Amino acid sequence: MTRSPCLLAGLVLAAILSSAAVAEPALVYSVGGRFDGSFNEAAWRGAERFAKETGESYRDFEIARDADSLQALRSFAARGLSPVVAIGFNQASAVDAAAKDYPQTSFSIVDMVVEAPNVRSVVFREHEGAYIAGLLAAMASQTGTIGFVGGMDIPIIRRFLCGYRQGAASISADTRVLFNMAGDTPAAFADPARGAELARSQIARGADVVIQAAGGTGIGVLQAVADAGKLGIGTDSNQNGLHPGKVLTSIRKRVDVAVHRNFSDARDGKWSADVQVLGLAEGGMDWVIDADNRKLVTPAMEAAARAAETAISEGRIQVHDAASDGECPL
Amino acid sequence: MTAGQLPRWADYILMPAINVAAAFIVSGLVVLLIGENPIEAVKVLVWGSLGWNEGIGFTLFYATNFIFTGLAVAIAFHAGLFNIGGEGQAYLGGLGVALACLALDRYVPWWVTLPFAVAGAAAFGAAWAFIPAVLQAKRGSHVVITTIMFNFIAASLMVYLLVNVMSKPGSMQPETRTFEDGGRLPLLQDVLPFTDFGSAPVNFSFLLALAACLFVWVLVWRTRLGYEIRTFGANQTAAVYAGISPVRITVVTMLISGGLAGMMAINEIMGSQHRLLIEFVSGYGFVGIAVALMGRAHPVGIVFAAILFGMLYQGGAELAFEMPAITRDMIVVIQGLVILFAGALEHMFRPALLRVFGVLSAPAGTPA
Repeated sequence: MTRSPCLLAGLVLAAILSSAAVAEPALVYSVGGRFDGSFNEAAWRGAERFAKETGESYRDFEIARDADSLQALRSFAARGLSPVVAIGFNQASAVDAAAKDYPQTSFSIVDMVVEAPNVRSVVFREHEGAYIAGLLAAMASQTGTIGFVGGMDIPIIRRFLCGYRQGAASISADTRVLFNMAGDTPAAFADPARGAELARSQIARGADVVIQAAGGTGIGVLQAVADAGKLGIGTDSNQNGLHPGKVLTSIRKRVDVAVHRNFSDARDGKWSADVQVLGLAEGGMDWVIDADNRKLVTPAMEAAARAAETAISEGRIQVHDAASDGECPL
Repeated sequence: MTAGQLPRWADYILMPAINVAAAFIVSGLVVLLIGENPIEAVKVLVWGSLGWNEGIGFTLFYATNFIFTGLAVAIAFHAGLFNIGGEGQAYLGGLGVALACLALDRYVPWWVTLPFAVAGAAAFGAAWAFIPAVLQAKRGSHVVITTIMFNFIAASLMVYLLVNVMSKPGSMQPETRTFEDGGRLPLLQDVLPFTDFGSAPVNFSFLLALAACLFVWVLVWRTRLGYEIRTFGANQTAAVYAGISPVRITVVTMLISGGLAGMMAINEIMGSQHRLLIEFVSGYGFVGIAVALMGRAHPVGIVFAAILFGMLYQGGAELAFEMPAITRDMIVVIQGLVILFAGALEHMFRPALLRVFGVLSAPAGTPA
């Protein structure tokens, strides 16, 4: 291969670095960046926890657009890093291509399934977490109207919305669920002002609990809801602390667990290429009670949510996945 | 050479070079501010983009996008129109490419699909520029406003189509199925002998982009329509007086502009991604404005400006890898500075340069 002294230098360097221990792991964030207060940040926390626990280092990279992903994955693989963990469904095609080019490197993708002999896929049953959110929102609501502010009208957000509606309907079929999407451009997940606007309009229409499923846009949703003295629900990360006493709970998608597990499995030699589906039962989705929202969640609400959690884990409640067929039966 | 004018080479080469140098010096100061070595950063940037085969390949790949969107903005410039809807026109162009590829990829080889894809890209891109063009020509609604609004409409339309109409069944991802071989352009290294761009996606559309440059040059400087466009751009009143229809020139120019922007999708969709996906344009349409400004709306200048921006994109990615303290945002800063110096502050160095050339040419210019 004559193609690159740079590549060669990278390989040599990587060989030196990794000669003693196993290869250094790498993380490629989705669009939005490391500190998006949400999805990517959860991934970063998982990696940081791994670094702290083991004293090992890791590399990471923020892509500016989906098209950058393949280049980033290849660069890490060429430098001898492994496993290379890609965050976000939008990197699926890139992971697929990179895994073919570097069959010796282990890749992982979070939020999407990629079938390849050297790829581990981690997906979440977001609809299960959303179900709990809908249930809690419906119980906390005084007006019988609850809101949902999503980022973009794409399957992954629809799935979350559908879970939310099912959860609300399980408390009362009369619960009205208002829902809006923030936009159709990449800004849809990074526009707090728009999020706040949508939340205010939902509050004006009677909603008194509003969930955000819109990444950075959701920060504005929680702000507007707190300003109006209503309740918000956070997602992806624990957002209870953003407005203590104004955030009913946070539905966490444990991307940190997924990343941490990937890194430590590789370190312990237990890494395997498989598909991991994480829902409530597997600890991949959970909801948070801490000092910031302790007073908001009544014993009755907590009991109902825990009961639903158990029922979903045991399969007695089937939360419909809207992404599977595009329908949301209630 | 008349007084107050620079020689052509200085206008087309020296001025942009000075502007770029100024942008880089200021960027260097920013790099210094965040505690990294700017010389080292420039080395990584240049090395990453031009120092190895794959780097060159990526640089040319990005440059292909910028040539198309740059030409689109440039042709509108010549008619005094500011088309900032390249983003939306390219997005719709992607739809045209994808429809051609999805319909034909299973039955015919790529070179049969290509003309249809090109026609689709140009037609859809042009169609998206048509309404703003007519509104400008007949109603005086400014294209700057309408084209940027059409970018948002394009985004909404494409999300709707990709989620509800064109997506693969059962897929979480808003994208079409992957094209078969009949919908994929060959890589440049497979077309041109003795080239090797590693795994870079630079493909046949680079040649298409160069052909588009030639087309624009001939159109603007060697045809009657081009003459009318330039006349209209230089002085609308005079153009009308000379019998040139403002409605016709506005609409035709915008159609050509939109068509060129749409062609960008050939590179991204048929050349690299091999499927239609959301947000594939991701700012290339806007960078086209900077490219056209820097390239002085001349095809040759645009090729160089596009390569420079390709270098910034590719070298920037390498830079972010090698020096984690310098993030992708730094590249946006450098791009912003280039636009600032090349576009907004264009006349900052001009008076000084004029004086220098005045002094230099004075002895020769005045007969003894």
